[in-house]
Amino acid sequence: MSVQTETELDLAARVLELARASAGPAADVDVSVGRVALALTRFADSYIHQNVADTTTEVRLRIHSEGRTTSASSTLVGTDALREMVERTVAAAKVSPLDPGWPGLIGPTPVLPSHDIDEAVIEASPADRASRVRDYVEAVGELTAAGYFRTRYWTTAYANSAGQAVSGSCTEAALDAIAKTASLSDGVARQASRRIADIDGAVHGVRAAAKARAWDGAVEIEPGTYEVVLEPTAVADVLYCLGNFGFNGKLVNEHQSFLEFGSTQMDPSVTLVDDGVSAFAAGLPFDSEGTPRTRLLLVENGVSRAAAYDRRAAAAAGIAGNGYAGLDSAAHGMSPHNIRLEPSAGPAPVEVEGPASNSSVQALVAQVERGLLVTDHFYTRCLDPRRVVMTGLTRNGTWLIENGEIVRPVKNMRFTQSYSEAFGPGNVLAIGDHAIALPYNYGPNSATAPGLRLAAWKFTGGASG
Amino acid sequence: MTHFDAADAAIEGALAAGATYADARVMHRRFESMSARNGDVENLTQRETAGIGVRALVGGCWGFFGVPDLADAAARQAGVRAAEIAAASATVPNRRAGREALIPAQPEVGSWASECLIDPLSVPLSDKGDLLTSATAEMRKQGADIATGSYDIWDTRKWFASSEGSRIDQHVRECGGAISSTVIGDGETQVRSYPSRRGQFGTRGWELVEETDLAAHAARIADEARALTRAPQCPAGERTVIIGGEQMALQIHESVGHAIELDRILGWEAAYAGTSWLDLSQLGSLKYGSELMNIVIDPTYPGALGSFGWDDEGTRAAPRDAVRNGIWTGVLAGRESAAVAGLDYAGSVRSDGWARLPMVRMTNVGLEPGPHTLEEMIAATEDGIYMDMNRSWSIDDRRLNFQFGCEVAYEIKHGKLGRMLKNPTYTGIGPRFWSSMDMLSSETVAWGTPNCGKGQPGQTGHTGHPAAPARFTNVRVGVRG
Repeated sequence: MSVQTETELDLAARVLELARASAGPAADVDVSVGRVALALTRFADSYIHQNVADTTTEVRLRIHSEGRTTSASSTLVGTDALREMVERTVAAAKVSPLDPGWPGLIGPTPVLPSHDIDEAVIEASPADRASRVRDYVEAVGELTAAGYFRTRYWTTAYANSAGQAVSGSCTEAALDAIAKTASLSDGVARQASRRIADIDGAVHGVRAAAKARAWDGAVEIEPGTYEVVLEPTAVADVLYCLGNFGFNGKLVNEHQSFLEFGSTQMDPSVTLVDDGVSAFAAGLPFDSEGTPRTRLLLVENGVSRAAAYDRRAAAAAGIAGNGYAGLDSAAHGMSPHNIRLEPSAGPAPVEVEGPASNSSVQALVAQVERGLLVTDHFYTRCLDPRRVVMTGLTRNGTWLIENGEIVRPVKNMRFTQSYSEAFGPGNVLAIGDHAIALPYNYGPNSATAPGLRLAAWKFTGGASG
Repeated sequence: MTHFDAADAAIEGALAAGATYADARVMHRRFESMSARNGDVENLTQRETAGIGVRALVGGCWGFFGVPDLADAAARQAGVRAAEIAAASATVPNRRAGREALIPAQPEVGSWASECLIDPLSVPLSDKGDLLTSATAEMRKQGADIATGSYDIWDTRKWFASSEGSRIDQHVRECGGAISSTVIGDGETQVRSYPSRRGQFGTRGWELVEETDLAAHAARIADEARALTRAPQCPAGERTVIIGGEQMALQIHESVGHAIELDRILGWEAAYAGTSWLDLSQLGSLKYGSELMNIVIDPTYPGALGSFGWDDEGTRAAPRDAVRNGIWTGVLAGRESAAVAGLDYAGSVRSDGWARLPMVRMTNVGLEPGPHTLEEMIAATEDGIYMDMNRSWSIDDRRLNFQFGCEVAYEIKHGKLGRMLKNPTYTGIGPRFWSSMDMLSSETVAWGTPNCGKGQPGQTGHTGHPAAPARFTNVRVGVRG
């Protein structure tokens, strides 16, 4: 695969050379190249209804000249098309408005080596993907199956006029699916991994079906504040939202984030890291500005330590960028890509009877005197970024817990809850001892989460009335 | 080699590989976006993408392949790959095998272009930058802690061909812009935007941004954002609520537009975007809302963001009722979903790029004008709340339970607008809420939503929503975390 990686780097170098020749030696120029081969087999009503694949290479060029910055990107990588893009970008740079916040380019800086890619992901055929779907569909039995199985392979390269030139790659296989009963109760199974062999359609089908059956006959309960056990699938949503609104360096700069570095803002049991380079989820070793990514400690034993920055936001904060530039990060900010809540120590989990996804989550349920087991969140949106107040709904299975036992399935409810406060000192009662990586819809992103027991979650209404 | 030649090659490749039907869409898109913050340009993005996407049907099952290469061999090979993927799909087949995969359609041949008086990509970057920097500088001067402005431009050309003989080319130009003022208060942020948080967008040229006149509203929204930090909270409880036109557009989008998508109704989005509370057996009889509620699906609406000449599987644009006098009467459908549902119409299938599978999407889904004005509705309200400008949105996976937050609200007392209120939210259940609509304004604006997410892999749709202010009774407001 080194040949493919060199090809992306060669392409970046070729565009860099063209742009420098056109823009002049005084210009700052950088080029990033990303190639992604995506294949996604989607199923509903227990058959494959959408089955897609594409391979796209995108070249992005930035030029900063005489105080003005412009950028362009294209999926057209033929020589003529690239030359046209360069000329257009150079011309645009001359008439673009002044950009006093330009942070400059990174110089030669090594990056960590890419983790091992999985050749089986790269070579997976449509029949291979359909086979895993078939395993899932057969495992849910008489229930209806819906979801997807996908494989993705990224290769990326970056080169700039300051001498940085790096490349990397990663692979991902993921399954995200539900099983639904005739009475429309459903259950979910979800997992991402760098390796296709880690995703067992049959195991996930059995798990989703068990949840769906256990959720059958759900009843309404009164809204209010409940202790909760969140499955990893729900915890992932909390981590994404904390990442987007809390650990977003641009929002930190603008005082729109709750973060105060060095302060104990979360429970001492909470350690959050962003780790795409050593974790088992897919991640790339540098960002679109060529800044290396490493394991970033966001929260250490409850103490806020860091946020995600691109070079522009980092310069505004007076610190070094830490690898979170994206194509739109200057405008929309940046957030962790592979956020992980560190699990507590414990044995490897095993499958269990009933709605809990495994013995790790079951152990959390056993600790609860009265509360709710929540499988998943849906459509969470921010009401106040400063406190990360989110509203959303439960999904794919919720149950009432009494005296450590699941006593009945509960219909979906709407919540309106500050996520940062839910993680506050004293509010995290227990963290599960097994974390799993969960897929994200866009980019080489994921969240790795264990189950979580929280003291209070504010449910503000029923979803059905 | 023309773009139609590339599409033909792709179709031939698919048919030769065993497909019984194939279509191909060549797409070329240029995108430009600029944002400014506190008087300086923050970001300028220009993107160009071109390629071909091929859809093939083998054994009643679908495959899709996209490639960014329009050469004959690449296009032909893309067709072969699409057929191979379709053959793999057939190994996990539909239990309802034997049905027709597509409703019948006559081959369509033609061209269409959106109206555009000023090509937005031809406007000098310096002029566009000056517009944003001056507006954001003015907001900053007026007290905004964070003043932002942005515009987005899409210039899209498509060439569609099918094995049934359709050959359609289209040129769609879209743009829009917005400004926003944020004030950081004591543990809170307050925002005011114009003309909406993301902007007003349409299938129009730069004249739309000029008509919007961002600069004229900069000082006002900065003042209002500051005033919100001093305003009392929106009270909690049940109230009569007048909802402004911009927020009504999203109300329609979320609680009607998505609910009437036929793929959701059939369960094709069950694992991700969700399903719908609507049951096809009730089409034509279900009460969706009050008699004032008339919702029309209309991709022919001039200048609206969801307008086109043909959809992305070659069905000619035509208006259709979705709700008439409060009764559910129509859905957003494609040829495949209509075949499954036993319906005889399509026309709402679109893709956000050459590399993505066309799927059921909203076009323009809007509320027909009512008999009142906003002024009349306020005057007729003894005790209520007027709120507008979306700030947050959330709805359940059946599109039934929603909760929206708005940027600003005002008390209504004795027929007059009173104090400004901050953090307004309202929540409800779709049909109950729509049934409580007792007044509707005639002051319709076709709002554009350029960020509608759906599908796996994810796609971003552009939708239009003609909407006007409306009054609702017994609405739960003031939900807070």
